[in-house]
Amino acid sequence: MREVMTKTMARNVFYGGTLFFIAIFLVLSVQSVGHIVKNSTNTATLTEEVELGKRVWERHSCVNCHTILGEGAYFAPELGNVMSRWDVMDDPEGAFDVLKGWMEAQPSGIEGRRQMPQFNLSDEEIKGLAEFFLWVGTIDTQGWPPNDAG
Amino acid sequence: MKYQSQKVAYWYFLAAMAVFAVQVLGGLWAGWIYVNPNFFSELAPFNVVRMIHTNALIVWLLLGFFGAAYFLIPEEAERELQSPFLAYVQLGILLLGTAGAVVTYAFDLFNGNWLLGMEGREFIEQPVWVKLGIVVAALIFLYNISLTVLKGRKTAITNVLLLGLWGLVLLFLFAFYNPANLALDKMFWWYIVHLWVEGTWELVMASILAFLLLKLTGVDREIVEKWLYIIVATALFSGILGTGHHYYWIGTPGYWQWVGSIFSALEVVPFFAMMSFSFVMVWKGKRDHPNKAALLWALGAATVAFFGAGVWGFLHTLHGVNYYTHGTQITAAHGHLAFFGAYVSVNLAIITYAMPILSGRDPYNQVLNMASFWLMTGGMAFMTFVLTFAGTVQTHLQRVMGENFMEIAEGLHLFYLMRWGAGAAVVTGALLFIYAMLVPRREVISKNGQ
Ligand code: HEM
Ligand SMILES: [Fe+2]
Repeated sequence: MREVMTKTMARNVFYGGTLFFIAIFLVLSVQSVGHIVKNSTNTATLTEEVELGKRVWERHSCVNCHTILGEGAYFAPELGNVMSRWDVMDDPEGAFDVLKGWMEAQPSGIEGRRQMPQFNLSDEEIKGLAEFFLWVGTIDTQGWPPNDAG
Repeated sequence: MKYQSQKVAYWYFLAAMAVFAVQVLGGLWAGWIYVNPNFFSELAPFNVVRMIHTNALIVWLLLGFFGAAYFLIPEEAERELQSPFLAYVQLGILLLGTAGAVVTYAFDLFNGNWLLGMEGREFIEQPVWVKLGIVVAALIFLYNISLTVLKGRKTAITNVLLLGLWGLVLLFLFAFYNPANLALDKMFWWYIVHLWVEGTWELVMASILAFLLLKLTGVDREIVEKWLYIIVATALFSGILGTGHHYYWIGTPGYWQWVGSIFSALEVVPFFAMMSFSFVMVWKGKRDHPNKAALLWALGAATVAFFGAGVWGFLHTLHGVNYYTHGTQITAAHGHLAFFGAYVSVNLAIITYAMPILSGRDPYNQVLNMASFWLMTGGMAFMTFVLTFAGTVQTHLQRVMGENFMEIAEGLHLFYLMRWGAGAAVVTGALLFIYAMLVPRREVISKNGQ
């Protein structure tokens, strides 16, 4: 093997090849950002309410129980499509009402059932969360998840 | 210990082992919530316990990497560290930040505060002030090791190690970018998570393994170093574009399904190479090093990494499969064995090798250490199997049949019970490891078998 490739050659292949792949990756990344901003997400409907909802989602660490678009913890249901599961994608008022009802009913306290904490959210925060889930529901995810169960 | 300043590694390894204990106990707790969901559910909800479990993992692995760098760089560069004092300052900052993060999560302090409050994106939940501390600590670290290497002997091991460490620190800067657009957020979040474990960390792992094999087997440096370059080349050539296996369903373009499938399938290559290379070196090597436990961990790391990252990674990486398994217990099974096999084991290998040298005694009590290897590895393997079964059932019922998540969850109870048992074995092994490293003062079994 020593004859086939020397250490210096191996090193040069490593450095050269790595730069090459980084370059391709960066080009594809730029293209992907363009795709996200122009095609797959709706930046026009990404309102301040949606952003507030995302911050509420983060500051209560929801992702450490739930998944969103399949990423997060696997303790509680997928929420990227929760609004279509609840059949309120076209009904922002209804979305708010159902979500408010849900948030206020936690924790269920049912013995043997996984528990979700009470976060004591304001109406404004719940509205933001509802708008956030509605907005996430509009992302073009290449047809994922396979069904409403998420 | 050839160089006095290597001693700083002792404190890094000690801190790493302490946080390791926190991590596995957190895991045991989280696993128990799966079994008994009402367990302290209001005092310590699952998300808080999980944050402690995952964050502690990352922190102690990094502490271990830093310790490994401080241990092996003086030997490779053939000179003392640039500044042992700065290394201690760095450790202080990291421990303060860790304590700060844990307290913030546990008591949900300063909720919503941009500087002091928890941030809430998976794995990078640390409050902004902790993140800033991490960056300062990282800069100190890079300054310290880079100058040591620049002024000393440069070897392939230090080159690759430095590249990996610089890369991982630079990538961490994406933790400060958190756009309102969830798809953009996710895209760059993977720059950290994927390009860490399937890029820069692999460089760190490969160089630590190379160092260990060099010391333990006495194989010619030229051969080890050439293979090191070849292995890390295959790691980055596959791993960089392999990021695409996370860009299937998050709003990124459809071509990632092909780019991601093809390149991430090739990510098996570096893990296979690391495993084969390690065994070949041991066969070829003439040295009979007394630290058998370190050799066991080194070979174990290479092997279990191949299964956890390579085999269990490939299992769900093709987009046609991932469409169904994405975000199920299959992912959890893979995440556990990959982290354990690759990064936990390589850390325990270097700790097993270095701690006796750093504390100036023989490798006492290898038998206990080796027992801990089998307990942990056996436990993790069993855990991976039951989670894989749980994930298969879940994938079928939920993704194919469309049944409700919460109803399926109840049906998986038996798997979670077995997972908890496996976890208890792992915790026992981890505590045994720490005990074997720190306490015993003589060998349980002497060389001539008395
Ligand atoms: C030691 C190296 C590796 C570690 C530590 C690791 C760890 C992880 C972790 C923790 C996750 C879950 C991330 C989340 O929270 O969403 C994950 C996801 C994933 N990993 Fe790895 N991984 C490694 C190597 C690999 C390799 C080599 C492959 C492919 C051959 C792979 C394929 C995947 C895939 C496809 C997912 C996404 C699963 C999903 O869709 O839910 N991993 N990995
Ligand atoms: Fe990945």
